[in-house]
Amino acid sequence: MVKSRARLIAGTAAALSAALVMTGCGSKSSDGDTAAGSSGSSCVDTSGDTVKLGFLNSMSGAMSISEKTVSDSLNLAAEQINDAGGILGKKIEPIQEDGASEPTVFAEKAEKLIQSDCVAAVFGGWTSSSRVAMRPVFKSLNNILFYPVQYEGLEADHNIFYTGATTNQQIIPALDFLRTEKKIKSIFLAGSDYVFPRTANKIIKQYCEEYGIKVVGEEYQPLDQGAWGTAVDKIVSTKPDVVFNTINGDSNVAFLQAYDDKGLNSSNAPIVSVSIAEEEAAAIPVDLTGQMTSWNYYQTVESPENAAFVKAFKAKFGEKRVTSDPMEAAYTSMFLYKAMVEKAGSFDTEKVIGAADGITYAAPEGKVTVNGENHHIAKTNLIGQVQPDKLIKTIFSSDGPIEPDPFLKTYSWWDPSKE
Amino acid sequence: MNARVMAFKAYFPLIGIAILALFLLVIAPGALSSFRLNNLGKYCCYAIAGVGIGLAWGRGGMLVLGQGLFFGLGAYAMGMHLKLEAAGPDAVPDFMMNFGSGVLPAWWAPFRSGAFTIAAIVVIPALVALVLGLAVFKRRIKGAYFAILSQALTVAFGALLVSQIKYTGGQTGLNSLSTFFGYNLYDPVNKKMIYMITAVILIVMLLITFQLYRSRFGEVLIATRDQEERVRFLGYDPANIKVVAFVIAAIMASIGGAMFVPMAGLINPREVSALASIMLIAGVALGGRATLLGPAIGALVVGYGRTSLSEAYPDQWTYFLGAMFIIVILFIPNGLTSVIPKAWQALNRRRTDIKEVEAV
Repeated sequence: MVKSRARLIAGTAAALSAALVMTGCGSKSSDGDTAAGSSGSSCVDTSGDTVKLGFLNSMSGAMSISEKTVSDSLNLAAEQINDAGGILGKKIEPIQEDGASEPTVFAEKAEKLIQSDCVAAVFGGWTSSSRVAMRPVFKSLNNILFYPVQYEGLEADHNIFYTGATTNQQIIPALDFLRTEKKIKSIFLAGSDYVFPRTANKIIKQYCEEYGIKVVGEEYQPLDQGAWGTAVDKIVSTKPDVVFNTINGDSNVAFLQAYDDKGLNSSNAPIVSVSIAEEEAAAIPVDLTGQMTSWNYYQTVESPENAAFVKAFKAKFGEKRVTSDPMEAAYTSMFLYKAMVEKAGSFDTEKVIGAADGITYAAPEGKVTVNGENHHIAKTNLIGQVQPDKLIKTIFSSDGPIEPDPFLKTYSWWDPSKE
Repeated sequence: MNARVMAFKAYFPLIGIAILALFLLVIAPGALSSFRLNNLGKYCCYAIAGVGIGLAWGRGGMLVLGQGLFFGLGAYAMGMHLKLEAAGPDAVPDFMMNFGSGVLPAWWAPFRSGAFTIAAIVVIPALVALVLGLAVFKRRIKGAYFAILSQALTVAFGALLVSQIKYTGGQTGLNSLSTFFGYNLYDPVNKKMIYMITAVILIVMLLITFQLYRSRFGEVLIATRDQEERVRFLGYDPANIKVVAFVIAAIMASIGGAMFVPMAGLINPREVSALASIMLIAGVALGGRATLLGPAIGALVVGYGRTSLSEAYPDQWTYFLGAMFIIVILFIPNGLTSVIPKAWQALNRRRTDIKEVEAV
């Protein structure tokens, strides 16, 4: 027994030292190129008559209800582009991956799409967590991500194009509308507890301080939870002129039910929501008529481009389906990519990024233009009002497309370092 | 069966470890691409935690439904160090600038030190498990009550991480990591090094556990699982024995979590959730909880299954994974690795049968 134990310890020691030697070798040889950081050349192959593009959406988990709709509109865009001859004459070959509503999975699948499938670009992501998880992957492997959802701004990555709104195209126009049109004096903030609502509310608080609007309450609940009773009680007691709602996902159902239970509605306690679109409104079993939203697209937008988009979407996926802002932004992102590639005359990442500035597209939401410096797009803000049939109608619109300003440099009242 | 065969059988697991080591340290690095190797490394992290679960649950009978807590403690300790590395020597992490006062909290500061971080990865979960274990096992709380308690603590820890965005990065967690003790995380050579370290840790943990199972402690642990009252009657305090196993399992989960971070490139509360804890347990159950190699192999199989099924069937993979669990639990209740000794027995029986036939 003693002998065998000694042998085992010796064996363990040997295994350990062998391993250390091995890892030692690994790290040593890397010293030289640690600074470079980038890993090898791209394996994108466009010598045939197709180009592979990655679609990375949550097909399972809590976010799948929302993200599957983005996948659908991406597929519609790919189909339409292919029917019209493809990109640079090459047909799109979409490769769908499941982000499983988990940021670590998003990072892993992004790497898989780029390294194993050799896609030329990836479209997808929804939550901010998923985007920041993927960000270093696209940077280190030098590929492109098209991110289709409105978000908290304060970011402009070389390898990402943001086709949803940044805060100065969604949050600030909504505040301008409330201040100048609705003449509000007080506001109540309700949000999910994560980076988008926290950042949005930080911006809102500084805006309100500048313009003398009183913030009477600020409440958060975890993303997947709905204990909104206490917060709604506070809304009842503080009687704000408007509630600014940055709650995301299913939690909205609980919030608006609690709202309804206390007898609150659009006439006695109006809400402006920035995460409730057509899809979500339809899923909330409460009368939302008259409540407001701030987006850049609604299914009801009147333009020939939108009529064609809605018609094609319903023809492909069913008459009962609705179209929403993130779906439209994803759809638009693929046409913007097509235009960038064709301007660059190449699928090469750097050439495509280099060609991005000034690319325009007559999107269903209206004309959009890519800003080559911050990789966002100029888009028009639309304040909407929920109709009895749960569709949303524009009641106010910005004066044409708003230039993206993710870091709010043009707003003197904004101080990012202030707590 | 004669004594020589018995002695030989005792070393069976060692042969298994050797085969696994050959696969993980020689074959896989040669055969797999950098990306696939990195994935295998993540499965190894689950396997390291799984080995601990095998010890506590398979051998010790404690249904540790909340190992995500310890996985998370290790992962966040490592994440904090890497986040500070990414921020730079005098800077604070970005989320503290955006949501906090922009001043590094005092309890974050020591994590700038790599040595402190490595010590914390071992010591913090050990202390938490020690206090929790003493509080629970000394009072003779066991079975479902212990399972519920450990799971509840994990959920509470996750909720705490989400709510303290100023200190933890909240829902988004600690991300945008760039280096691992000075080595660029996205350099393939360094990725391989991090994988190697993880695979070696897994093999070492298996060897330590092999030795534990052969020791007197291992014997008493099984006795405690099967007949706690008799063990107490014999003069041992079963609580102490359980606490030791629980602490070791916690340390293993923490180390697994710590190595997970450089390979995933981030850590967020989802990896600490009840669901993540259950996936860890599921891997152990699938592989065979009471065996030495079962938990590790189970974790590797579940990790590989999740990746490859979701790649092949992005829409329906969760159903396939569920079906896999149901089939294994229905037909091989003791786990995949229980098939091997059974096959060995069957083979031996046939051999003896043949010999007997020849003798006749």
